[in-house]
Amino acid sequence: MTTIPPRPTFTQDWLRIARMGGIAAVGQTFIALSNMPVRLDERLLIKPILSMGYLILIVLPFAVGYRYGHQIKREGMPTFTPSMYEVLGGALSGALAGGGLSLLAVLLRHFDLRDPLVNWSPILLNLLTFGNATWFAVIIWIVIGTGTGAAGGLLRLLGPRAYRTAISVAITVASAAVLESLIVDIAKGLGLENLTDRLYASRGGIEWLSAIVLAVASGTLGVLGRGRFRQAKTQLSQLEGTARTQANAALIALTLAALIVLPLFAGKLTNELLANVGIFVLLALGLNIVVGLAGILDLGYVAFFAVGTYTAAVLTAATSPRISPEMPWLLALIFVVVITGLVGLFIGAPVIRMRGDYLAIVTLGFGEIIRLLFLSDWLSGWFNGAQGLVQIPPANIFGLTEIGGTEPRRVFYLVLAFCALAIYVSWRLERSRLGRAWMAVREDETVAEAMGINTVNIKLMAFVVGAMLGSFSGAIVAVKVGSVFPSSFLIVVSMVILVVVIFGGMGNIVGVIAGAAVLIGVLGGPRQPGLLAEFSEFKLLIYGALLIWMMLARPEGLIPSMRRSRELHQHEITQDAWLKN
Amino acid sequence: MANPEATSTDKPILETRKLSVDFGGLHALSALDIQVQRNEIVSVIGPNGAGKTTLFNAISATVEVSKGDILFEGKSLLNLEPNAITSRGIARTFQTVRLFTHMTVLENVMVSQHCHTKQNAFGALLYTKAFRTEEAEIRQRAEEVLSFFGTRLVGYRMDQPAFSLSYANRRRLEIARAMATQPKLILLDEPVAGMNPVESAELTTMIGRLRDEWDFTIVVIEHDMSVVREVSDRVVVLDHGEKIAEGNYDHVSNNPEVVEAYLGKSMTKK
Ligand SMILES: Nc1ncnc2c1ncn2[C@@H]1O[C@H](COP(=O)(O)OP(=O)(O)O)[C@@H](O)[C@H]1O
Ligand SMILES: [Mg+2]
Repeated sequence: MTTIPPRPTFTQDWLRIARMGGIAAVGQTFIALSNMPVRLDERLLIKPILSMGYLILIVLPFAVGYRYGHQIKREGMPTFTPSMYEVLGGALSGALAGGGLSLLAVLLRHFDLRDPLVNWSPILLNLLTFGNATWFAVIIWIVIGTGTGAAGGLLRLLGPRAYRTAISVAITVASAAVLESLIVDIAKGLGLENLTDRLYASRGGIEWLSAIVLAVASGTLGVLGRGRFRQAKTQLSQLEGTARTQANAALIALTLAALIVLPLFAGKLTNELLANVGIFVLLALGLNIVVGLAGILDLGYVAFFAVGTYTAAVLTAATSPRISPEMPWLLALIFVVVITGLVGLFIGAPVIRMRGDYLAIVTLGFGEIIRLLFLSDWLSGWFNGAQGLVQIPPANIFGLTEIGGTEPRRVFYLVLAFCALAIYVSWRLERSRLGRAWMAVREDETVAEAMGINTVNIKLMAFVVGAMLGSFSGAIVAVKVGSVFPSSFLIVVSMVILVVVIFGGMGNIVGVIAGAAVLIGVLGGPRQPGLLAEFSEFKLLIYGALLIWMMLARPEGLIPSMRRSRELHQHEITQDAWLKN
Repeated sequence: MANPEATSTDKPILETRKLSVDFGGLHALSALDIQVQRNEIVSVIGPNGAGKTTLFNAISATVEVSKGDILFEGKSLLNLEPNAITSRGIARTFQTVRLFTHMTVLENVMVSQHCHTKQNAFGALLYTKAFRTEEAEIRQRAEEVLSFFGTRLVGYRMDQPAFSLSYANRRRLEIARAMATQPKLILLDEPVAGMNPVESAELTTMIGRLRDEWDFTIVVIEHDMSVVREVSDRVVVLDHGEKIAEGNYDHVSNNPEVVEAYLGKSMTKK
């Protein structure tokens, strides 16, 4: 890759500036009118300068400022050295984006469009003007836009080392702010309240002085230690054979130990959160077998979750209307798995012969049908219709403990155990005859058949195994919540699980776990609040946006499965060229 | 080179009887009679659109047979699923290379032994002795098949995803995958297409070795006349879904009908 001298600062690509700035301005207006800034303003990130509401308004100017300087890198094509050209262009694009908000402030002041646009409100105006006159808002948003846009452009000028440091500082401060409740909770358990009292303001948000200290500390650490961290990482990835297995085993043991010890010091809130994340990890691992490994786009996965929950409820609760064997939970679990597996077989058998889009639509239908059956009058003698089943007793584990919703820590340990089981199952099956057949079907069904694979049976197996794994979370949720209603199993649950799988990296166990931790832990599940609970009403919007961005920028997911391979590609071609001569 | 021992008096391993395949009004194959003897290498040639690939598709049940019958070792293949045909001992490659691109080279070959192995989910989960033994066998057979192609597909490359392979290696892996199904008959659809002369000459000798060392019967669709001359015991010429000539290479290449339909250009060039 050759670099050529920078472009002159004042001969900008005006059209590009106008286009990117314009798009960002429209985006800013949309964000403002979606009411996100007003709602999120309640959450302070850095006291007193930055709330999440304002953060959301500077993301776009920063992004276009950075994006403006983007050059397409092609083999053998020279690239310009980044210079003030990028900074100025970024600043101007950012200014346009900020200008969108200025214009909105003016319009808000002089017109009233509250009828079609519910969020066209004085509160929004107040937020945009910082409580001052309109002209102030006009100027301040252009200034803010220019500043953040220029900052985005400046990022391009940084050398690789400075860039990494800047990113690590940003990530440290952002995670400290986002993970606030988690950190405070754990610090309390460890008796470190002093530290967090100093770090965070009493009503939330990092104290600005602490933020600076944190930034400086992480920056210094980054400068001093980053090289070593990278080194360790590459060393680890280069290990082969038994050394590699040992390193992996050590990593897994460490993670497990942390997950076992951490909840002991955490309060209810954190454990609740961890349990919720775990439940979605479990669901996502099950769906990952169906979608990620076997390539069957199942949009009705919630059906198995529902069947699992209801079966557990009927079998254990004394209040279930038709039959109430009041089984111990562990015994009921066997029935739950078997029955859900059978339901998987029953739904799968007619569906599985279809391919692609047809299959997706039909599974979507079945997902709804199952929910409607639980809701129906016809079966209300069994499941109580909309009233649902209540007073599900806690699970008794070999007479050792009682696990119920009032004890989130125990629930978390239960979830952890089942996650471990599901991970083991996924991991073993992936490296077996069955797992390979699943992948072959995913890659090319016709060829898989021609290679001797009975694709119908194999796909049905995936469906059933996925259903069984999903039923575990159902059984856990039954004791965790203590009641079950049809309204907990809307289509959106299927969608959220699917987004977790796609976002994390299809077919990859670590990716799926990371996806659940980020999406469910931070943004929250369909019903479960995440760390950024303020986001809950915009959750689906953000899920959608993330999914689109992911498909465009990183279709292989957060953590792709075969990363090293691409790097070796070049080697292969060189060797073949050599063989030819 | 040609195998003089292969006589037509043996019971054929593969036989089509009045085989017809129609796509709507198009007769892709009409009343085709072909016999392939055990251990023979038969080339199928013909201009584009003659129905060669359709013949393979009909044998491997990826298209529907309209009329006639296909017999393999004396038994009809009609109404069998594609995977059942593979279990009977017929493997194929695809004209447009169709590997399992996101699986590794080794996995591509391992998965193709599916119909001859039987460990299920329980064996895998309990990690039984039987499971481990079978896995080891699958792996060993896969490595054996891959090492047929020299050093090209073994070593670190076994653990690379198939998409990272060069074009020629993809074609080789297609053949390796077919070999791994432990067939009696292999159908190769234009195996050297897109290869350079060195590679295609090398693959030509390997097709011979497949018969001699691995004991396969081979039917190969090929456009490259030097390859056809080199490998075939017998050549079948198709045009518009009909067999217009059959015999050894010299016989066929001197047949005026064939020269007109297909060889015309390439013969005058030589
Ligand atoms: N699945 C199909 N549907 C409709 N027409 C087809 C199909 N497959 C092949 N054909 C047609 O059948 C004829 C023979 O094709 P093919 O067997 O692929 O020729 P070739 O001898 O070049 O391999 C062509 O006219 C082709 O367009
Ligand atoms: Mg063809």
